[in-house]
Amino acid sequence: MIGFTTAAYVVAAVLFILSLGGLSNQESAKRAVWYGIAGMGLAVFATLIGPGSGLWLLSLILIAGGGIIGTYVAKKVQMTEMPQLVAAMHSLVGLAAVFVGFIAHFEIGNVAAAASTDDLGSFAKLIAKKSPAEIAFLRVELFLGIFIGAITFTGSVIAFGKLAGKVTSAATKLPGGHMLNAGAAGLSFLCLIWYFNTGGFLPLMLMTLAALFIGYHLIMGIGGADMPVVVSMLNSYSGWAAAAIGFSLGNDLLIVVGALVGSSGAILSYIMCKAMNRSFVSVILGGFGGTTGPAMEVEGEQIAIDADGVSTALDEADSVIIIPGYGMAVAQAQQNVAELTRRLRAKGKDVRFAIHPVAGRLPGHMNVLLAEAKVPYDIVLEMDEINEDFPETDVAIVIGSNDIVNPAAQEDPNSPIAGMPVLECWKAKQVFVSKRGQGTGYSGIENPLFFKDNTRMFYGDAKASLDTLLTMIS
Amino acid sequence: MTPDSAKQLQKLGYDCAIESGAGAAAGFSDAAYEAAGVEVIKTPAALWKASDIVAKVRQPDATELKRLTKGKTLISFFNPAGNEEGMELAKSKGANVIAMEMVPRISRAQKMDALSSMANIAGYRAVIEAGNNFGRFFTGQITAAGKVPPAKVLVVGAGVAGLAAIGTSTSLGAVTYAFDVRPEVAEQVESMGAEFVYLDFEEEQQDGAATGGYASVSSPEFREAQLAKFRELAPEMDIVITTALIPNRDAPKLWLADMIAAMKPGSVIVDLAAERGGNAEGTVADEKVVTENGVTIIGYTDFPSRMAAQSSSLYATNIRHMMADLTPEKDGQVNHDMEDDVIRGATVAFEGEITFPPPPPKVQAIAAKPKETVPELTPEEKRAQEIEAFKAQTKSQVSMLVGGGALLLLVGLFAPASFMQHFIVFALSCFVGFQVIWGVAHSLHTPLMAVTNAISSIIILGALMQIGSGSFLVILLAALSVFMAGINIFGGFLVTRRMLAMFQKS
Repeated sequence: MIGFTTAAYVVAAVLFILSLGGLSNQESAKRAVWYGIAGMGLAVFATLIGPGSGLWLLSLILIAGGGIIGTYVAKKVQMTEMPQLVAAMHSLVGLAAVFVGFIAHFEIGNVAAAASTDDLGSFAKLIAKKSPAEIAFLRVELFLGIFIGAITFTGSVIAFGKLAGKVTSAATKLPGGHMLNAGAAGLSFLCLIWYFNTGGFLPLMLMTLAALFIGYHLIMGIGGADMPVVVSMLNSYSGWAAAAIGFSLGNDLLIVVGALVGSSGAILSYIMCKAMNRSFVSVILGGFGGTTGPAMEVEGEQIAIDADGVSTALDEADSVIIIPGYGMAVAQAQQNVAELTRRLRAKGKDVRFAIHPVAGRLPGHMNVLLAEAKVPYDIVLEMDEINEDFPETDVAIVIGSNDIVNPAAQEDPNSPIAGMPVLECWKAKQVFVSKRGQGTGYSGIENPLFFKDNTRMFYGDAKASLDTLLTMIS
Repeated sequence: MTPDSAKQLQKLGYDCAIESGAGAAAGFSDAAYEAAGVEVIKTPAALWKASDIVAKVRQPDATELKRLTKGKTLISFFNPAGNEEGMELAKSKGANVIAMEMVPRISRAQKMDALSSMANIAGYRAVIEAGNNFGRFFTGQITAAGKVPPAKVLVVGAGVAGLAAIGTSTSLGAVTYAFDVRPEVAEQVESMGAEFVYLDFEEEQQDGAATGGYASVSSPEFREAQLAKFRELAPEMDIVITTALIPNRDAPKLWLADMIAAMKPGSVIVDLAAERGGNAEGTVADEKVVTENGVTIIGYTDFPSRMAAQSSSLYATNIRHMMADLTPEKDGQVNHDMEDDVIRGATVAFEGEITFPPPPPKVQAIAAKPKETVPELTPEEKRAQEIEAFKAQTKSQVSMLVGGGALLLLVGLFAPASFMQHFIVFALSCFVGFQVIWGVAHSLHTPLMAVTNAISSIIILGALMQIGSGSFLVILLAALSVFMAGINIFGGFLVTRRMLAMFQKS
């Protein structure tokens, strides 16, 4: 039976790798998700019939119960709420990792207490065979698993709250700031030494509390604009937690999958940071770095335009590039944007979308929203693919994005976002900015784009504005 | 001034007057002007006397300039570079003169750029004139009476006039080629539907953006390459439209006698540069000549006048925009703001001073400052760079490998053997993960997160393995974990599937 389980794990691991690899393009991705499902099914099945598991029925009922909730949520969630959902699911993984870590701790205790090995679970039997040195090492592993899991848990809960608008998205820190985090981390390290030597429950519990606090405080201190990094970072953590638990349980599949997920999240975080031209550390430490001098004075005024003007300009334009941002998601305007695209394309105009890597609150957020509204993915382009085309574009429409189209990033060395790669939409012949009002974005940085000669501000809620616009374009 | 623009001018607070019969050629009768509230004055002399601001088209002659007095403003084409006496005269009279051809080429001033308006008309009309003198269709047709090949049109100089000619010619169905010394206009040419003729010329081509969007004089070698290309094209072309002008110079001779000789009988050359001597050899200004081998060369210089209605309305709009900029308060009072780039640039005489040539505009013209072009590297340098990069890469990879390996060995020294087995699996998985994830499409990052989320609930295995053990606490925690992971597995995979199903190709 052990042989069968191991073989099933190997197959499952291969399936998982294929499932991630398949995401390299849209068509193979549809197949890839089935690989993932098959891999997961196989892994669960093999574990259930494998050594050590008991309470079959209970397990199945619980999985089914979880499955019903999961299915319900997955069917019901709005595409704009995807960031919250992902964050919420991370928190579940984190909490599960903490629990599994605790179980492992209790099992070690049980082994020590048990008179004979007969009435022990399979994991316990495994432990019973281990030398004291191995047990000590195992403690380090499960300690790490719980530590990362706990950070993931509270971090994801806070991230969920911020994304869902239940917690303020501004960066807030308790007095003491990063010293508190450092203190909690130091405490955890002391607990590690303590636990390594004694194996008692108290240091484990203390460390868990400290880690929960770190997760809470770390994410509270990060502003809404950095959420794409945070979510991918938490994704990475949930993977590392699983890997650490895999070490302590001696389960290779857990290690493989944990490492896959961990590296995936790490790469995503790296891509997001690069897109914002900021180091990972500075994102994690929260807030924007201090500016080195006064920001460039913005000259000129914001000139408003009504739907009539926009529709005339669109009528005359041959090429249009639309730049969606988080504002589009907030206003739920993606359907209107898609309808506008369809109508313009029907008139033979070249309509494309330019997506900045950090647009929205989740890596790839805008792509998903546009896909939901049935915008064909081959006209949705990345920043690098489309940035050079702006000078030949007649009209660029900015819908609910701000920092990612801020020319200050290139022109003003004192700007907080100086050096961040941005979509150079101001090079288009005309730019329309659909925006709620005159205020700055959530990052609070003035955007000189709005003051440029060829920019017109199309004020109002994105969805309502587009509704009026659509009545004028048939 | 058209009746329409007169109404707009009145909104700016001005009273308008026009010479009797001035609009006749463009189809605007005196009655139409009167209906628009314009005073019609019989003689030019009386008109000059009555008005504070005089707008006209052609360069004013000495009699007209003498009618200027202090405080009057003249808006007209003026040719300031070649009209010293005119400026002196205006200076001595103390009048303000705005020369329409001096309007700087910046985006804000486009609405008053009369040169562009006129060039646009000239380009259009050039094609029409060519068609008038060309005995065949522009468009290719296959008819019952045989196959008609499309006409081939070459446009030399892709400025405003050239682009207008390209647009007209392609819309008539001709196969259009275009050439310009500024390689950066190739995109504009292609956007109009013509094919850009590239030279086989190695030397760095000049960057037109540096000269405010105008062409400048090219090197002799470049000129040779250009002529060779034309010589090659000449026998094929049915219609050639030349628009090459360099500011303040005679038009360059680009279409030489031997090229004309090589052309097919019945071909047409329209020389828009005829006023400055023409681009083609044999061009006679204001005349149509037919060469010995039957090639018609059109050297008219009055294309805008040939489309009087169109040019009047465009020029009137340009003047109106100029007036609007001169009266920011809309109160009928001229505010001649010499701080304004556009007004300053166009003014050649102001309050008894000659203000020509203007200082360079504060705002950069057309293209922002050209990007520093990276000098082309020689093959050796490139090779050296590649080797350098390769070395650097090797170095960083080796140092990472050594560092990682050393760390691994260190861990191996202390860790038990069972740990090391798992650790190898872990390191390899990380490696596989990094390789695989880099390939994921940017647009699929959200599905990637959802799916990794789903598979990270593999943690369920840990719970399942232990749920069977005796202690109640263990069972409770394990059960909770199984439950939560269950939510995640189903939720994660389903939501991924939902998202992926939405991605559609057009």
